[in-house]
Amino acid sequence: MPKLTIDGREVEVEQGTTLIEAARRLDIHIPHYCYHRGLSIAGNCRMCLVEVEGAPKMMIACHTQAADGMVVHTDNDKCREFRASILEFILVNHPLDCPVCDQAGECKLQDYYMEHGAAGSRLDEDKVKKRAKAKQIGPNIMLDTERCILCSRCVRFTDEITHTHELGITERADHSEITLADGAWLDNRYAGCVVDICPVGALTDRDFRFKCRVWYLTAVDSICTGCGRGCNIAIHVNRDRPHKAGGARVMRYKPRENPEVNQWWMCDEGRYTYKQIDHDRLTEATVEGRTATVEEALDATGAALRKAGDAVGVLVATTATNEELYLARALFAGALGGHAAYLAPPQGEADDLLILADKAPNTRGAQEILGEQAADPVAWVKEKGVKAVVVVGEAELTGLKAEVDHVAVIATHPGKATEQAHVVLPGSVHAEAEGSFTNLAGRVQRIRVAVPPIGGAVETWRLLMELGDRLGHPFDFAFEDDIFAALADQLAPFAGLSHESLGRRGAPLGSGTTQPAEVA
Amino acid sequence: MENVARKPGTVTPAGAPKRGPLSFWERIYVVEAARGVWITTVHFCRNMWRHTLHLVGLAKDKQAAVTVQYPEELRYVPPRSRTRHRIVRREDGSPRCVGCMMCETICPARCIYIVAEEDPDPNIEKRPKRFDIDLGMCVFCGFCVEACPEDAIRMDTQMVDLAAYSRNGMILTLDQLLAGEPAAPREATNALGERVHG
Ligand code: SF4
Ligand code: SF4
Ligand code: SF4
Ligand code: SF4
Ligand code: FES
Repeated sequence: MPKLTIDGREVEVEQGTTLIEAARRLDIHIPHYCYHRGLSIAGNCRMCLVEVEGAPKMMIACHTQAADGMVVHTDNDKCREFRASILEFILVNHPLDCPVCDQAGECKLQDYYMEHGAAGSRLDEDKVKKRAKAKQIGPNIMLDTERCILCSRCVRFTDEITHTHELGITERADHSEITLADGAWLDNRYAGCVVDICPVGALTDRDFRFKCRVWYLTAVDSICTGCGRGCNIAIHVNRDRPHKAGGARVMRYKPRENPEVNQWWMCDEGRYTYKQIDHDRLTEATVEGRTATVEEALDATGAALRKAGDAVGVLVATTATNEELYLARALFAGALGGHAAYLAPPQGEADDLLILADKAPNTRGAQEILGEQAADPVAWVKEKGVKAVVVVGEAELTGLKAEVDHVAVIATHPGKATEQAHVVLPGSVHAEAEGSFTNLAGRVQRIRVAVPPIGGAVETWRLLMELGDRLGHPFDFAFEDDIFAALADQLAPFAGLSHESLGRRGAPLGSGTTQPAEVA
Repeated sequence: MENVARKPGTVTPAGAPKRGPLSFWERIYVVEAARGVWITTVHFCRNMWRHTLHLVGLAKDKQAAVTVQYPEELRYVPPRSRTRHRIVRREDGSPRCVGCMMCETICPARCIYIVAEEDPDPNIEKRPKRFDIDLGMCVFCGFCVEACPEDAIRMDTQMVDLAAYSRNGMILTLDQLLAGEPAAPREATNALGERVHG
C-alpha cells in the first residue's frame, strides 16, 4: 500500500488510488471540474493540477495514482498560480451571465473564481459566440453552450450511467460545444442528473429555472418517496419568500450521495414528485362531508371506534413511515385487540439502474411491522368482521363505506380513499414529519421535517396518538424518535437502531445488533 | 430675514441671539413681549406688502414668506438623494431588469418582491414578471441600487411625497416603476436652497 505525503501530512492508501481521493482522506479539497467520483476520469479541465516533487511538470490530481514516497503539494504558490491561470483560461470565452444564470450561488466557476482567480479579464479579442443560448434539449433540460466549460461530465453520464448517448461534443478548439446527437432528445429517465453534475450553469432544469435563487433555499435531508429504492435526497425549501412560485414551499429535490442506495443519482420521476407536497392538499378535517375541526373529527372517530369494541381495524398505505405503522399496530392490533394490515403498494415499471416496480417508499417497513397485506380492503374487513376502520393513506376502497359503520381516512390529498370516508383527517406528507422508511432492500433511512404540516393538517403520527388518547390508550411519546425507540424495542429486525444511529445514510435492518451503527 | 444665510447642516440661522442667563429686562417679560409683537408685525406687514405686489406682477424675485408654498412650490431635493425608485427601460421600452433578485436579496427591509420568467429572446433569457416594492416598508437605504448588476433600478425620480390611503396602496408595481422618470436637473434655487417650480 503506497504511503505518500500530501501537504506535509502522511497518508496510506490502496494501490491505484488517485491523488484527489488520497487528499480527500485528509479532508483536503483539490479544486476540480471534470472529475466526478461516479464517472470515468476525463482529465480535461486541468483545474486539479498539483505539484509532485520530482515530477518535471504539474500533475493532474484526478488521474495521477498515488505512489509510495510521493510528496505532493496542493496549495503552494505554484499550485495557486497554475489554478489562477487555468481558471483565467476557462473563463476566456465565458459570458457575464451570472445575474440571469440559475447556477449562480452554487456554481463552481464562481466559487473557484472567488477563491483562486479574482483577476480582471486580459482578453482584448471578442469572445467566441457559441450557437446555442438557452436552448431546450430535453423535456426538462435547457442548454447554454456559452456557459459550458466542456468538462464532459454530462457526456460521460449519458454514456456510462444511462447508456443513452444523447450528448456529444462537436467542433474543435474554442468552437467546441455540447450538442445533441442527431435526432436525439435528452429525455432519458435520469436526464435531470446532468443538471446536478454540470459544475456550471450550462445545463439547467426547466422546472426550477427562475423560480427563485438557490441562496433562498434550505436543504433538508430526506428520502424520495417515488419507489421502493429510497434514493437519498435533499429537499430544498423556500422558507422566507412565499411570493415565489405561487407560494410553493418546496422548490426542488436534489439527490444526495449514498453509495449503498443511489450513488449520486435519482430518476426524473422521483425528482418531480416534490410537487405533490404543496399541490392539492387536504388542509381541513371533514365529518360526513362537512368541514370540522380536527378535534371534532377525532372525537367522531374515537366514539365510533369505541362503539365497535374490538371489531376495529386499521389499513395503512405503504407511504406511511415506520413510526406511523408502529403506532397503528400498537393501537389497533395491540391495545384495542383489533386488526391491522397494510394496503397493496401501487406497481409500475422498473429498470436496471434505480427505478423499482414498487412505487411506495416503505413497503418493506410495512411488511416488517404489520406483516399482513390486505390486498382487497373490502374483503379484508368482511373477513375480519371489522365494523369501524381507520385508513392511513391513499387506496382504492370502493364499496368500503357500505360494509362498515365507520370509515376514517387520514389522508394528505383528496382521492379514492377520501371518497369512502365518514371522517377525513388531514395528515402529513414525508416532508412534514420526522420518521423513517425501510427501502425494499431493507435499509432503514430517516426523513426529516422540511416544512410544517400545510394549513390545518396535523402530523399523521400525532393524529394516531390522539386517537389513542380518545380510546383510553394514551401513548407517552413526545417525539418521533421515541416511537422509533419503542419500535426498535419490540421488533427484532429494528433492534439496536435509533434515529441517531441511522444518521444521514441509514442502516440495514438487523444491523443494529450485529455491527456498530454507522454514524455519518 | 429672508436673506439670513443658513449654512448647510446647521439648525440655528447664523446671527441668532446666543443663549445665556436672562438679563433683567428679559426677566421682567413686558419688554420682550413687546419686541416679539414688533417682529411679528414687521414680518406680517412685509409679507402682506410683497404678496400684494406679486398679485399685480411686481417684485417676483423677492420671496414673500419663508414658508414653502407646498404643493405649488416644492422643496429642493439634492440630486443625490435617494428618492422613489424606478426601473430603467431599454430602448425598446422593455425593463432593463433581468430579474436576478440581487436587490431582493440585499434589501434589509425585505420589501422587494420579484417573480421572474423566461424571456422569449434567449439572449436576454430572464425578465421580471412581477416586481413590487412596498414603499411602506422601504427604508430608502439604496442598497437595491448598489446591488443591481444591470443598473436597472435607480432612486433618482426625486419623488418624496409618497402617500396612499391604504397599506397596499404603498406597493409600487412593475408598471408604476417603469413609468418613473429621472427628475430633470434642478438649476435655480433661492437663497434658502429652495427651488420654486413654475
Ligand atoms: S455558469 Fe457560473 S460563472 Fe457562468 S454565468 Fe452561470 S453562475 Fe456565472
Ligand atoms: S454542459 Fe456542463 S457538464 Fe456538460 S460539458 Fe458543459 S460544463 Fe460540463
Ligand atoms: S432602498 Fe433599501 S429598503 Fe428600499 S427597496 Fe431598496 S434595498 Fe430595500
Ligand atoms: S438587481 Fe437589478 S436586474 Fe436584478 S432584479 Fe433587481 S433591479 Fe432587476
Ligand atoms: S479534475 Fe482533473 S483534469 Fe479536470
